[in-house]
Amino acid sequence: MKPAPFRYFAPETLDEALSLLAEHGDEAKPLAGGQSLVPAMNFRLAQPAVLVDLNRIAALSFIRPDDAGGVVVGAMTRQRAVEHSELVAARAPLVTETVPYIAHAQIRNRGTFGGSLAHADPASELPAVALALDAQFTLACRSGQRVVPAEAFYTDLFETACGHEELLVDVRLPTAAAGSGFAFEELARRHGDYALVGVAVAVQRGADGTLIDARMAYLSVGPGPVLATRASASLLGTRGETEALRVAASLAAHEDIVDPPSDIHATAAYRRHLIEVLTVRALTRACSRAQEGA
Amino acid sequence: MSSRVFGEPIKRLEDPRLLTGDAVFVDDVERPGMLHVAFLRSPYAHGRLHAIDLTDARSRDGVIAAFAADDLGAYWQHGPLLVPPPPIADAVFYPRTQVPLARGKVRHAGEPLAVVVATSRYIAEDALDDIVYDLEPLDVAIELEAALDADAPRIHEDLDSNLAADVRQQKGDYAAARAAADVILERRFTYDHGAAAAIENRGVVADWDRRAERLTVWDTTQAPIPIRNGLAGLLGLSESQVRVVAPFIGGGFGPKIMMFYPEEMVVPWLAMRLGKPVKWIEDREENFFATTHERSQIHQAEIALDREGRILGVRDDFLHDTGAYNPYGLTVPINSQCTLLGPYRVPAYDSRFRAVFTNATIVTPYRGAGRQHGVFVMERLLDLAARELNLDPVEIRRRNVLEPDEFPHHHEIIYQDFSELVYDSGNHRPAIEKACAMIDWERERDGAGIQGEEPAGTVDKRRGVGLVCYVEGTGIGPYEGARVTVESSGSVSVSTGIGTQGQGHFTAFAQVVAEQLGVAVERVRVVTGDTRAFHWGTGTFASRGAVVAGNACHAAALAVRAKILRHASEALEVDEADLELVGGEARVVGAPQRRIALGDLAQRANPLRGAVAPGTEPGLEATSYFGPSRGATASGVHAMEVEVDPSTAMVEILRYIVVHDCGTVINPMILDGQIKGGVAQGIGNAFYEQLIYDSEGQLQNASLMDYLLPTAAEVPPIETAHLVTPSPLNPLGTKGAGEAGAIPTGALFAQAVENALREDLPDLEILEIPLSPNRLWELMCAARGEQA
Repeated sequence: MKPAPFRYFAPETLDEALSLLAEHGDEAKPLAGGQSLVPAMNFRLAQPAVLVDLNRIAALSFIRPDDAGGVVVGAMTRQRAVEHSELVAARAPLVTETVPYIAHAQIRNRGTFGGSLAHADPASELPAVALALDAQFTLACRSGQRVVPAEAFYTDLFETACGHEELLVDVRLPTAAAGSGFAFEELARRHGDYALVGVAVAVQRGADGTLIDARMAYLSVGPGPVLATRASASLLGTRGETEALRVAASLAAHEDIVDPPSDIHATAAYRRHLIEVLTVRALTRACSRAQEGA
Repeated sequence: MSSRVFGEPIKRLEDPRLLTGDAVFVDDVERPGMLHVAFLRSPYAHGRLHAIDLTDARSRDGVIAAFAADDLGAYWQHGPLLVPPPPIADAVFYPRTQVPLARGKVRHAGEPLAVVVATSRYIAEDALDDIVYDLEPLDVAIELEAALDADAPRIHEDLDSNLAADVRQQKGDYAAARAAADVILERRFTYDHGAAAAIENRGVVADWDRRAERLTVWDTTQAPIPIRNGLAGLLGLSESQVRVVAPFIGGGFGPKIMMFYPEEMVVPWLAMRLGKPVKWIEDREENFFATTHERSQIHQAEIALDREGRILGVRDDFLHDTGAYNPYGLTVPINSQCTLLGPYRVPAYDSRFRAVFTNATIVTPYRGAGRQHGVFVMERLLDLAARELNLDPVEIRRRNVLEPDEFPHHHEIIYQDFSELVYDSGNHRPAIEKACAMIDWERERDGAGIQGEEPAGTVDKRRGVGLVCYVEGTGIGPYEGARVTVESSGSVSVSTGIGTQGQGHFTAFAQVVAEQLGVAVERVRVVTGDTRAFHWGTGTFASRGAVVAGNACHAAALAVRAKILRHASEALEVDEADLELVGGEARVVGAPQRRIALGDLAQRANPLRGAVAPGTEPGLEATSYFGPSRGATASGVHAMEVEVDPSTAMVEILRYIVVHDCGTVINPMILDGQIKGGVAQGIGNAFYEQLIYDSEGQLQNASLMDYLLPTAAEVPPIETAHLVTPSPLNPLGTKGAGEAGAIPTGALFAQAVENALREDLPDLEILEIPLSPNRLWELMCAARGEQA
């Protein structure tokens, strides 16, 4: 269980890193916290010829407010720092609620916010949260930057809109508006395991108490994070009554999520069942919090 | 004696070394010029090996050598049959043992095809990709029942089928018992045990000293002496030329008693062939394929009872997965067959098993060693019978357990130690009552269940309790030995041949010896697992260290004590009966100023000049052996409270109680640790762990990401209580404890989950372990008559 040979670079600036990526193209792989890439290399499932270690680029590690009332998180910010950030807790409470579900504290000390988002593992929590929050991803390459919404970032299994010469440099989380409520639910075999199913929910009530926005995003149910658009739409105009939540859960499990996987940990049928159970639980909490917030 | 050490919860003497990282493990062994080894392993579960070409691998920079089966010459041979079959009438057994490197055919994924030696493990692994080989995949026999079909792919082509053994044992007249029964229940049970997954994988370092003509091997084995003797034979060396050291080992649990593993044969040969020290350390992925498992049995079992719930007889017919080879003989299925009987009066028993070759990793004992499987069948049959007869599950057990006046109890069948299964002693009813009191059985059994009205949106959970019994045949022969020496400093050294994998031997054996010699336990230095220090014995297995080696230490300590008293009597000119051994001295009782230190006596017993009487042995030293006539019977009762989320089928264990009886206790703190570690592995077996093979014989979860070991977060606090019913079969009265925690957990889990769901699903029957939440949900759907 030793990695195949590779060349190793540890640039100290973003420009150097982007130059290295431009030079080596798809032979190169950026190394963030290494919590997924290094085991994959040790199993020789990943054999990058060039490793560009981003850990010395201090400029990629930050959490700061943005002008619109949201928060921007640098890609190399450790998950543990996000977990403990008061700014994140105030402006993106769904993130604060979710991060403790990512593996274990030791792994979050090393794992990065951007690394997890860019790795695009369909079983990881942060991509679903980014979808539920409509987060904006900043991608940089030598010739400039572009901003991609979470929905466009995730394209397929472990596939994203990020090109070989690009790096995810930061993620913008929009502010929690008045009347909004959030919740995250997942079911894992053991604490810290990849979830069998998980759901991140963001809802918002209008002045009359009816739901004017709802976004539900799932993990471990498809090739990437899955946004349940029909289920979300069915909630608009309701007050989040139990029956409305059940309808939404059923739509999510049977229409939005077309083909939940069967694997050694859960069959597709069990996953569908869990989607319904967890959706009701998450929506119940989110709607109740939205009431508090309105 | 003023300060007793035997029986006290003394902190483990070895822990400072372990906790500060100073303990030496096999991977800590570094030798000058040491080379590193990687094995090419079969990607297929079953295949015909037509050709293998090592040319490119050999030419890679940093590669020293590479070998396949044919390169081993006469050294290539099948491994030994480690455990021959016990003398059971009409038993059918076809021994087929493993080979060092595959030749012609591979029979399980991960079987080694070739070995590369390089200057680093990295280069050795790089070179594995250079090896070109022609391995034709064959159809596989992986599923236990299908593997016995007449047209199943044949794993050993010289046999008529994949049948490895067919053994029937009987007691009484089951047909008559059945005819007289009021209640007869028959079910099919499946029980699957997993990988031991010790925290330290296996490893071997071998160093051939050409000038001294001596081979030293560091090996993560539970049996260093048999390894030494075997290696000497294989390599054509004298046993005195081979030293095997089993240093600190991060967990054994059974798979490390297996021998010879292919790597264990190949690495010492490489060291001699190349004249260089060679190291192989198994990685975690290899461990899943190359280290033995336990795995599954399928039982078709029937119980016959009278209307009071008394057992009249049990019939069982089961299949046992033995894997691709069966070097460990019949130990695991015989343990299942014998341990099924539990602490109960079973007048008639008819049990047959068939062991089956499959295209999977070899099966050998793993903590519990088949006992889990048997206990599960019996305890579940009793639970079903209790339900049928409307009896409390505890009450049906009370009515069937053996009473103290029924021991020794003869079961009239043969146990794994080749002698009749006889329970030496037991006291089961008080253990049941104690466990009931600890878990508050009467209140919890009916009072738990649905937890009243929950506020909307929160999770409705169900609570339930369970209680099960088991016995464990422990401390089997043949023998172990120990040498105890009082040194001239007054320190005491103890050497024994068994290896240590975390059991606290350095402390427990010190306590046994210190008790007799009247020295502080810290002055007793114990050496285990080094054939240069002691070279008679078999190993650490079958919950036998404290019983067999413990009693050997005791016997040697008594012999040294006698020598001390004789020398002190002469030195102090008093009668031996007037002496006591206290504080490292021999003292005259009532006149403690008349004293002599043990170190001084040791010097007197080993004079540099002068004359000793003819026939005198020098020093204060003795070597003694202990071999029990048969195993000592430990027993226990476990109870559990669970909480089930009926919507998700997730189960949380809230409380776990163990009432345990292993006879005389040497160190209750070490014992508690043994029990709790076993329970943790039992919980893993019940709910988390399963080796999952696909239809091609590929293991689907060969990593600790997918093979779910319970962690501290999944194991609840465990409450223990101990009863002491000493074994009459050894002087200390000890019984083994190593496997106790792990044995009944699966049966207990099933009962507790059924109890929790009794209001929702009164007909739910859990007849299989392990039980993932997915599988439990499917069973719950089926009990509701729904399609899962």
